[in-house]
Amino acid sequence: MKAVNHSLRALAIGALFAVGAAQAQISDGVVKIGVLSDMSSLYADLDGNGSIVAAQMAAEDFGAAAKGIKVEIISADHQNKPDVGSAVARQWFDTDKVDLITGTTNSGVALAVNQVTKDKGKAFIVSGAASSDLTGKACSPNTIHWTYDTWMLANGTGSAIVKTGGDSWFFITADYAFGHALERDTEAVVLKSGGKVLGKVRAPLNTQDFSSYLLQAQASKAKIIGLANAGGDTRNSIKQAAEFGIVKGGQNLAGLLVFIQDVHAMGLNTAQGLIFTETFYWDMNDQTRAFTRRFIQRNKGIYPSMIHAGVYSGVLHYLKAIEALKSDDGTKVIAKMKEMPTDDPLFGKGTVRADGRKIHPAYLFEVKKPSESKGEWDLYKTRATIPADQAFRPLKDGECPLVK
Amino acid sequence: MTEIFGVPTQALFSQLLIGLINGAFYAMLSLGLAVIFGLLNIINFTHGAQYMMGAFCAWFLLQYLGLGYWWSLLIAPIAVGAFGVIIERTMLARLYKLDHLYGLLLTFGLALIIQGLFRNQFGSSGLPYQMPEALTGGFNLGFMFLPKYRGWVIVASLAICLSTWYVIERTKLGSYLRAGTENPALVQAFGINVPRMITLTYGFGVALAAFAGVMAAPIYQVNPLMGADLIIVVFAVVVIGGMGSILGSIITGFGLGVIEGLTKVFYPEASNTVIFVIMVIVLIIRPAGLFGRER
Amino acid sequence: MATPVSTAALPSRLAANGFALGTIAMIVLLSVAPFVGIYPVFLMKALCFGVFACAFNLLLGFGGLLSFGHAMFLGTAGYLAAHAAKVWGFPPELAILTGTAASAALGVVVGMLAIRRQGIYFAMITLAIAQMVYFFYLQAPFTHGEDGIQAVPRGKLFGVLDLTNTLAMYYVVLAIFVGAFLLIYRTVHSPFGQVLKAIRENEPRAISLGYNADRYKLLAFVLSATLSGLAGATKAIVFQLASLTDVYWTMSGEVVLMTLLGGMGTIFGPVVGAFVIIGLENYLAGFGQWVTVITGVIFVVCVLAFRRGIVGELAAWWAKRRA
Repeated sequence: MKAVNHSLRALAIGALFAVGAAQAQISDGVVKIGVLSDMSSLYADLDGNGSIVAAQMAAEDFGAAAKGIKVEIISADHQNKPDVGSAVARQWFDTDKVDLITGTTNSGVALAVNQVTKDKGKAFIVSGAASSDLTGKACSPNTIHWTYDTWMLANGTGSAIVKTGGDSWFFITADYAFGHALERDTEAVVLKSGGKVLGKVRAPLNTQDFSSYLLQAQASKAKIIGLANAGGDTRNSIKQAAEFGIVKGGQNLAGLLVFIQDVHAMGLNTAQGLIFTETFYWDMNDQTRAFTRRFIQRNKGIYPSMIHAGVYSGVLHYLKAIEALKSDDGTKVIAKMKEMPTDDPLFGKGTVRADGRKIHPAYLFEVKKPSESKGEWDLYKTRATIPADQAFRPLKDGECPLVK
Repeated sequence: MTEIFGVPTQALFSQLLIGLINGAFYAMLSLGLAVIFGLLNIINFTHGAQYMMGAFCAWFLLQYLGLGYWWSLLIAPIAVGAFGVIIERTMLARLYKLDHLYGLLLTFGLALIIQGLFRNQFGSSGLPYQMPEALTGGFNLGFMFLPKYRGWVIVASLAICLSTWYVIERTKLGSYLRAGTENPALVQAFGINVPRMITLTYGFGVALAAFAGVMAAPIYQVNPLMGADLIIVVFAVVVIGGMGSILGSIITGFGLGVIEGLTKVFYPEASNTVIFVIMVIVLIIRPAGLFGRER
Repeated sequence: MATPVSTAALPSRLAANGFALGTIAMIVLLSVAPFVGIYPVFLMKALCFGVFACAFNLLLGFGGLLSFGHAMFLGTAGYLAAHAAKVWGFPPELAILTGTAASAALGVVVGMLAIRRQGIYFAMITLAIAQMVYFFYLQAPFTHGEDGIQAVPRGKLFGVLDLTNTLAMYYVVLAIFVGAFLLIYRTVHSPFGQVLKAIRENEPRAISLGYNADRYKLLAFVLSATLSGLAGATKAIVFQLASLTDVYWTMSGEVVLMTLLGGMGTIFGPVVGAFVIIGLENYLAGFGQWVTVITGVIFVVCVLAFRRGIVGELAAWWAKRRA
C-alpha cells in the first residue's frame, strides 16, 4: 500500500476554465466546488486526492468551458474532525463563495457539514460518508447522499452472509457515527433473518492494534465477526485476525465496507473470499473502463473507488442542473437535481429521491483468489446484482421530515 | 470451558497476554524516560516521537536498503540515538541552568515538529511493515493462540530492561551515572566528564525508545502518531514507578500493562483511564512513586 | 515557575496609564475589525482563546504553576454549555453560565488534588487528570464521542438578541472577552494578586509571613479554571459544536504556547499570543500539517531564545529606552 503523498500542490488546485459570458444568476459568475476530504489519514486513498481528480474530470466532461460556465475547484483536509470540517465549510460558504461541497468521507464530519450547509442554503453532495441518517433523521433540502449508505451495505452484505449460514455475529465497530449506523443497520438485518448477535465491541477510529478486540471476538465463538469499520481500520483488523489464526479457527470475517484500495493493500492472499457490497467497480463495462484509464493517469496510478465515481457522477449531475436552472442557488439546484433523472457513464441511469437518496443498483462482489486474477487491480468478481429499487431503504422507513 | 469470576479462562489469559505485551512496551519506554529523568532532570516529551522514528527507521531500511528486521534492531537505535545526542548538545544543554519545566516545553515543541514533519510526508494512516520470517506463525497453547512475534516481544524487552538495570546498578559505569545524578559537581571533581556522560545518557535513553519502535513496527502500523498517545501513558507509568528509579519503571511497566489487560476483561470502559487513576492515587499517597526517592 | 519578566519595570502610575491606553486601543480596534473586512468568526475564535490564554496566564505567569491539563476546563464547559443549549433548551446566557459553573466545580476538585505537589509533579498530575477527563468524555453517551455535540442552537440572548446574526454574536463575545480581561487585571493588581506573586517568588517566606499559600494557590487555580470554562462555553455557542478536540492534551499544549509566545506574566501577552497562534493556524490551514510543525518551531524558539514572549520583549525594550 502506497502512502498518499499529501503535498502542498494537491491542496489549492484551481481548475479554472475558459472565461465565457458570465451567467448573471450564477453567484459571482463562478460555480465554485469545494472537495472536503480526508487527505492524510485512514481514508485518504479512498477519498482524498482521487476525489479532486474526479471532480475535475466531471467539470471537463460536462464541457463547462464550451457552455460558458466557469467552474473552480478547491479542496481541504477535514482530518476526520467534525469541528475542523464544519469550520472549513463555514468559512468556504461565508468568505470563499463556495457553492457546492462534495467528497466528505467520515459520517461525523458529513453530519456537521450537512447542518452548516442547511443553515447557509448551499449545496452538499455526500459521496464518501455512509451513515443512513443523512437521508433519515438528518435529511435536508440542501443535501444529496450519493454513492452508498449503511442500510444498503447492511442489506446487501448482511443478508447475503446470513443466507449462507452465518447466523451468529460479533461486531467490531468504529466508535463514531458511521460505525454505530452500520452496526445498527446490520444488526437489524441479522435479527430479521433469524440470526443472533452475540456481542459488540467499540474501537476508536484509526485504531492501530485490534488484538484485544479480536480476542474478544474469538472468545465469543460467533460464526461471523462483522467489521463495522472502513479504510485503514478494516485492513488492520483483517491482517491482525490472520495473525491470531482467527479464520483458521473456524470463524469468518465480514468486511461490511470494503473498497478496492483496501483489497489492493491487503493483497489477494489475505483478502480472498471476502464478500461485500459496492455500487461501482472499474471493470464492469466499457464506459467504466474508459473512465478508469483516464482517471489513473491523474491519480498516481491508483484506481477509482466508488467514492471517486460518486464524486464524478454527482458533480456532473449538479452541473447539468445548474445549466438547466441557470442559477447556482443551493436549495434550488438540489431540488432540480431531484427533478431530473440521472445518466452518467459510471452508474448508468438513476434518480434522486425526495429524501436526498440517489438511487442506482448495487452489486455483491467477492474478492478473487490469487490464481483467478490477471492484473494488479483485477480483484473482484461479481456474485449478484441488487436492482435499484431494492438496494436502498424504502422511502417511508427513513423518518425523514421532508417526506411526510 | 472453565470460568474465573464469570469470565472464560480463554478470554482472561489472552487479554493478560496482550496486557503483558503492552506492558513490555511501557517498560522499555518508561525505562528510557526514567534514565533520562534520573540524570538530566528533564521530562523528555520527545520520547514518543523518537519511538516513532525508530519504527520509521526500520521501515526506511527495509524499503530502500533492503535491510531487514534484525539489522534494524541494531541500526535504528544507533541512528536515532545519534539524533538525540545532537538535540541534547545543541538545545537541551542550554536549559540546564533554568527551571526544569522549560526542558519539558522544549521537548514538547520538538515532538510537535518531528510528528508534524513525518505526518506531512507520510499521512497518518500507517505504513505496513513485514513481520520477520523467523517469527511468523505461532503456538497453540490450548487456552489461546500465541503468535511467535508477540512472545518474542516479551522476551526481548525483558532482556533489554534487565541488562540496562544490571549495567546501571551493578557496573562501574553505572555507578558513575548514579553518582553524577546525586552530586554532579563532586563527580566532576573526581575527573569524570559529567557533560559527556549526560549527553551519552540522553542518547542511550533515546536509543531505547527507538529500539521499542523497531519492535513495534511489525505489529502496530508504522505511523507518525504512534508515539503521541502512548507517551502520555508512559509518563504515568514513570511517575507511578518513581521518576528516577530504573527497577521501578521496569516492574511498573509490566505490572500496569497486566492491570490494564485485566481491566479490559472485567470492566472495559475503564481500561483507558485505570493507569491515570492509579497515578493520581500514588501521587497523593506516595508522591515519589512506588520505588522512587523524593528529590 | 520563575517568570523572567520583571514586573517592577515601570512606575505604577505610568503602568496604570499604559494599561488604560492599551485596553482602550484594544477595545476600539476589536470593535471596528469586522467592518474592515476581517472574518468575524475568526475574530470570535481568537477572542475565546484570548480569554482562555489570559485565564491560563493567571495561573502560570502570576501564580507560577504550569498546568498541562487546562484543556479539561475548556472542554468541560463546552460540552456542558452545548448540552444545556441543545438538550435542555437553555437560552445562551444560561448555557454559558452552566458550562462555566461546571468548569469551576471541576477546578475545585482538581485543584485540591493537584496543589499538594509542585513543579513537574503538578504538571504531571494535571496532565493525568486531563487524560482521565478526555477518556470519560470519549465514552460518555451525551458527548457523542468522535462526532461531538452538533447543531447547538445559538438562541436569543436574554430572550431578545438573536445570536444567529453574526455581528450580534460577535459583540456579545467581545463583551465577554473585555469583562474577563478586566476581571483578571483587577485580580492581579489586588492584594490577592500581590500575595500570589509573593508565593510564586518565594513560597517559604510567604508562609513564614503568615499566608496560607495552599489556599491562595487553590483560589488562583479555581479562578483560572472558571475563566477557562467561560472561554470554552462561549466557543461552543459560537461554533455550535462541542468536540473532543477541546479536551485533548494537544489543546493544553496550545494554550501554554499562546501564553509563552505572548509573554508570561504580562497582561496583554496572552491576548497577543492567542491572536498570533489562531491567525497562524487560519493562514496555514491549507498547508496540511505544517501548522503542527510551525507550532513546534515557535515553542522551541520561544523556550531557547524568546522566553519573555512578544509583550515581554516589548516591555523590556520600552523600559530600556526610558532608562
